[in-house]
Amino acid sequence: MAATLGLPLSAAAQVAATLEKKRRPVVVWLEFQDCAGNTESMLRSSHPSIAELVLSIVSLEYQETIMAAAGKQAESALDRVVREDSGKYLAIVEGSIPTGEPGYCTIGGRSAMDIAKRVCGSAAATIAVGSCAFDGGPQRSAPNPTGAISVGEAMPNLTLVNMGGCPHNPANTAALLVYYLTYGRLPALDAHRRPLFAYGHIIHDQCERRANYDAGRFVERWDDDGARRGYCLYKMGCKGPQATFNCPVVRWNDGTSWPVESGHGCAACASHRFWDTALPLYQRLPGVPGFGVDVTAGKIGGWMTAGVATALGLHGIASAARSQMRPRGEAPRGGPTEIGRPGGLVEREGPPEKS
Amino acid sequence: MARIVVDPLTRIEGHLRIEAQVDGGAISDAWSSGTMFRGLELVVRNRDPREAWYWLQRICSVCTMVHALASVRAVEDALEIEVPDNARLVRNLIAGAQLVQDHVVHFYHLQALDWVDVANALKADPVKTAQIAGSLSEWPKSGASYFRAVQGRVRTLVESGQLSLFTNGYWGHPAYRLPPEVNLLAVSHYLDALEFQRDYIRIHAVLGGKNPHPQTFLVGGMATAMDPDSPQAPINPERLTLIRTLIAMGQQFVHQVYVPDVLAVAGFYPDWFTRGEGVGNFLTYGGYPEKSMRDPSSFFFPGGVVRKRDLSALQPFSPEKVTEYVARSWYEYGDHKPAKHPFEGETKPTYTGPAPPYDYLHVDQKYSWLKAPRYEDGVMELGPLARFAIAYAAGKQPAKGLIDSVLAQIKQPATVLFSTLGRIAARALEAQLVADKMTGWLDELEDNMGRRALAMHNGARWEPDSWPSSCRGFGQHEAPRGSLGHWVEIENGAIRNYQVIAPSTWNAGPRDAMGQHGPYEAALIGHPVADPDRPLELLRTIHSFDPCLACAVQLVDARGRRWQSVEAK
Repeated sequence: MAATLGLPLSAAAQVAATLEKKRRPVVVWLEFQDCAGNTESMLRSSHPSIAELVLSIVSLEYQETIMAAAGKQAESALDRVVREDSGKYLAIVEGSIPTGEPGYCTIGGRSAMDIAKRVCGSAAATIAVGSCAFDGGPQRSAPNPTGAISVGEAMPNLTLVNMGGCPHNPANTAALLVYYLTYGRLPALDAHRRPLFAYGHIIHDQCERRANYDAGRFVERWDDDGARRGYCLYKMGCKGPQATFNCPVVRWNDGTSWPVESGHGCAACASHRFWDTALPLYQRLPGVPGFGVDVTAGKIGGWMTAGVATALGLHGIASAARSQMRPRGEAPRGGPTEIGRPGGLVEREGPPEKS
Repeated sequence: MARIVVDPLTRIEGHLRIEAQVDGGAISDAWSSGTMFRGLELVVRNRDPREAWYWLQRICSVCTMVHALASVRAVEDALEIEVPDNARLVRNLIAGAQLVQDHVVHFYHLQALDWVDVANALKADPVKTAQIAGSLSEWPKSGASYFRAVQGRVRTLVESGQLSLFTNGYWGHPAYRLPPEVNLLAVSHYLDALEFQRDYIRIHAVLGGKNPHPQTFLVGGMATAMDPDSPQAPINPERLTLIRTLIAMGQQFVHQVYVPDVLAVAGFYPDWFTRGEGVGNFLTYGGYPEKSMRDPSSFFFPGGVVRKRDLSALQPFSPEKVTEYVARSWYEYGDHKPAKHPFEGETKPTYTGPAPPYDYLHVDQKYSWLKAPRYEDGVMELGPLARFAIAYAAGKQPAKGLIDSVLAQIKQPATVLFSTLGRIAARALEAQLVADKMTGWLDELEDNMGRRALAMHNGARWEPDSWPSSCRGFGQHEAPRGSLGHWVEIENGAIRNYQVIAPSTWNAGPRDAMGQHGPYEAALIGHPVADPDRPLELLRTIHSFDPCLACAVQLVDARGRRWQSVEAK
C-alpha cells in the first residue's frame, strides 16, 4: 500500500505497524473429549464480559459451541488461521485427547490428536482450560477406557499455560488473556504451568471459614447446627487444606459464592490429577492439613517462571487489549506501566505460610 | 445427486456429524453420527455411590447439574431415602434455573443465527427497529439510540475484517427472510441474552456454589443448610432475597424478550411449521416433583407416551419397554442379540469406522458412538415438545392452557407444533412456564424457613454401614433436552454397575436393526437445500432438537451384568 502511495520505506513500515496494531489478536478454541464446561464457564465471564472479550479485545475465529459457521465453513476458518496467522494466534484447548483409538474423537473426519498438533503446533501459545485439558480429567481415571491424556502430555514442547479447575474460573482465564495481550508475555507460572496469581495460594488459608478451623469448630454431620453457622467443613471431606486456587477470593459467577460458602467441601478441582489424588469426596484428609502436593508445586514455581516469562510472538498488541477496555472514545494514556516480578510470589521457596 | 457432510455440526454441545443425500434440491436420506466417546460410567464403578453425582455431572455442562440430580436420585431410590421438603425445593429451583437459562442460550446463541442474518442488520433503520420492539413488548432496552449503538458495534466488527464468532456464517443465504430491522432487533437481543444468561445463573452460585457444575448435591438432600438468623448459613434471608430478584429477572426476560422474539421470528417463516416433523412419537418420564419423587401424580411435568401425534391416546410410561440397539453403533453385544433392555445392557466399544482422516463414514454399516434406544421397538422423540404433547394429552395445567392461548394468538391448529418451529416454540413456552413456577418454589422454601422447618438433609442412611449389602435404584429428571435416566446397582458399599440414558441418545441415535431412522434422520428427509455448499436448512431442524452429544454417548453400563426389572416410578 505504501508503495502505491509513493511513501518512503520508513513510512511503509509505520503503516504496516499501524495496520498490525489495529488487527485484534486471533484466538481459536478447540474442544476434544469434553463436556463444554469450560466453554460455558467462559460465557459467564463478567470482567470483561464475553461479548467485550470476543468482539472487541480478540477475534475468536473458531469455537464449536457458539460459532456461526458449521461444517466446511467452520473448518476453513480454522485452516485460514493456521495458514495465515501461524505463530501469532492463541490456541485454547478444552478436553482430553484419546490415544487408544483415533476414532474415539474426530472432528471434520480428523482425529483429535492430529488437530491438536496442527493447531497448537503453530500457535504462539496454548492455554489448556479445565481439568480434562490440564491433566486428562475424569475419563483419564482407571480404567481410562479411551487412553485419554492431557494437552501437555500430548505435546510436551508447547508454550503452554494450564488453567486447571472443573471448570476453569473465567475470571482467571480472562485475566490471563488480558495480561498476555497487554505485556506480550505470560505471567509467572508454577511447576504445573499454572499462573501464580490464580493457583499460588492454599484455599484453606484464604477461606472465610478458616477462623472456625483454628477455633476447632467443625460441621460434624450434614445439616447440623454447625452447618447452619458456617463452621469448617474439614471433617466432611473438604480438600481445601491441600488445594491451591483462588476460589475464596474471586469466587464464582461475578463473585456471588463458591462451594464452601454454599455449604459443601472443596474437591481440589484445580489440583493436578485431583480425580485420582484428592477423592474420595467425603473422606477426611489424612495428615496435617496445609501441606499437600500443591504446596510442593508452589515451592518449585520460581525456576519455572524464569523460563516462560519471556516475550512471545505477538507484535503490536501491547496496547490493543488495554485500549479496548477503556470507555469508548476516551483517549489512550501513556504506554504500558512497568511491572516488576509479579507479586514476589515467584521468589517464595517454601510453602505458603499458615496464617 | 450429492452427499453433503456437516462436521462439525456447530452450535451444539459435543461432536455431531450429519451426512445427507441430496436429490433434486431436497434431502432424500440422512445419517446422524456422534463422533466422540469417553466411557465415564466405566470409571465410576467400584467408587462410593455418594460421590457418583460429582463424577457423572461431568458428562455434560451445557446441561450442567442434570446428571448430578439424576444420580443422587438413583442412589436415594436404591437406599430408600426420602429427602426433606426443603431439599426437594432447592433441587427444583436449581433445575428450574438451569432449564430457563439453557433454553434462552439455546435460542439466542445456538439456534438464532440459522434464522437471523447478522450482516443484514447493518441495513436496518434503528428507529423502525425501536417501533417494532415497542410493539412486541415492554422490554426497556428498546430505544432507537440503543439499537443504533448495537448497529454501530456490528459495523465496527464488520469493517475490522475480523468477524470473530461470526466468521464464515451463511450471511446473505437466500433462506434468510427477516427484514433488516428484525435482524437488528435479534442481534441486540443476542447480546442482551449473553448478559442475561450470566446474571440469571447466579441462582446456581447461591444454591450450588458455582456454575457450571454446582457442588452442593448430597445423597439424602442438599448441603445448603438454611437458617433465618445466621449470617453464615448458605441459605438465609439475604440469599433468598437475591434469588427472588434473579427469578424476577428471569421472568422479565422470558416474557418480554424470549417468547415475543420466537413468535415474531416464526411469523416470517410459516412454512417451517410444516417441516421437520420427525417421527411423531413422544416420550416423557416425568419430573419436577411438587410433593415427592415417589408420587408421580405430583410431577409438574407428567410422564407418558403419545404415538402418531394422537393427543387423544395417552399411555403411561413403563421403563421395562425400553431397549437399545447397536446394529449401527460402534459397539458389540457379546451374545450378538440385536437389542437389549438397559438393565441387560453391555458396552464393548469397537470402532469399525474409517481411519481418520476420512471424507465419508461407512453409513451402510456402523456409523455412530450413540446407541439407538427404542420404546416397544418404536422410535421416540424426547424434549420440550414431547413434554407439551404429554401434558396436553393429560390435560395438565397450566401447560395446556398456555398452548391453547398461543395457538389462538397465532390462529393455528395444534398440529403446527409437530415441526421444526413447533419444537422451538415449545421450548420457549416451557421456559415461560418454569420461569413463572420458580416463584412458587421459592415461596414454599421461604415459608418453611419462616416457620423454622429447616431440615435440608436426611442423614439416616449417610453412613455405608447402614446400607443393605446389595441394592439398586433408578433416578430420573426432566432435563432441558428431555427425560434423563440413571440406573445404579450398589454392592458392599460401592458401585457395581451404572448406566445412563440421556434424551439426546433417543433423538440423535442412528438406525436400528430394523432399519428405522433415528428422530434427527427422519426429521431431515424432504428438506429443501437451496445451496448444498451451505446447508442452512439442515441446521435449522437439527438445532431445533437442541443436540447434546456428550450426554448422548454416555449410555454404556459398567459390567454388562444382567439386571432385573425395576418398577416404574
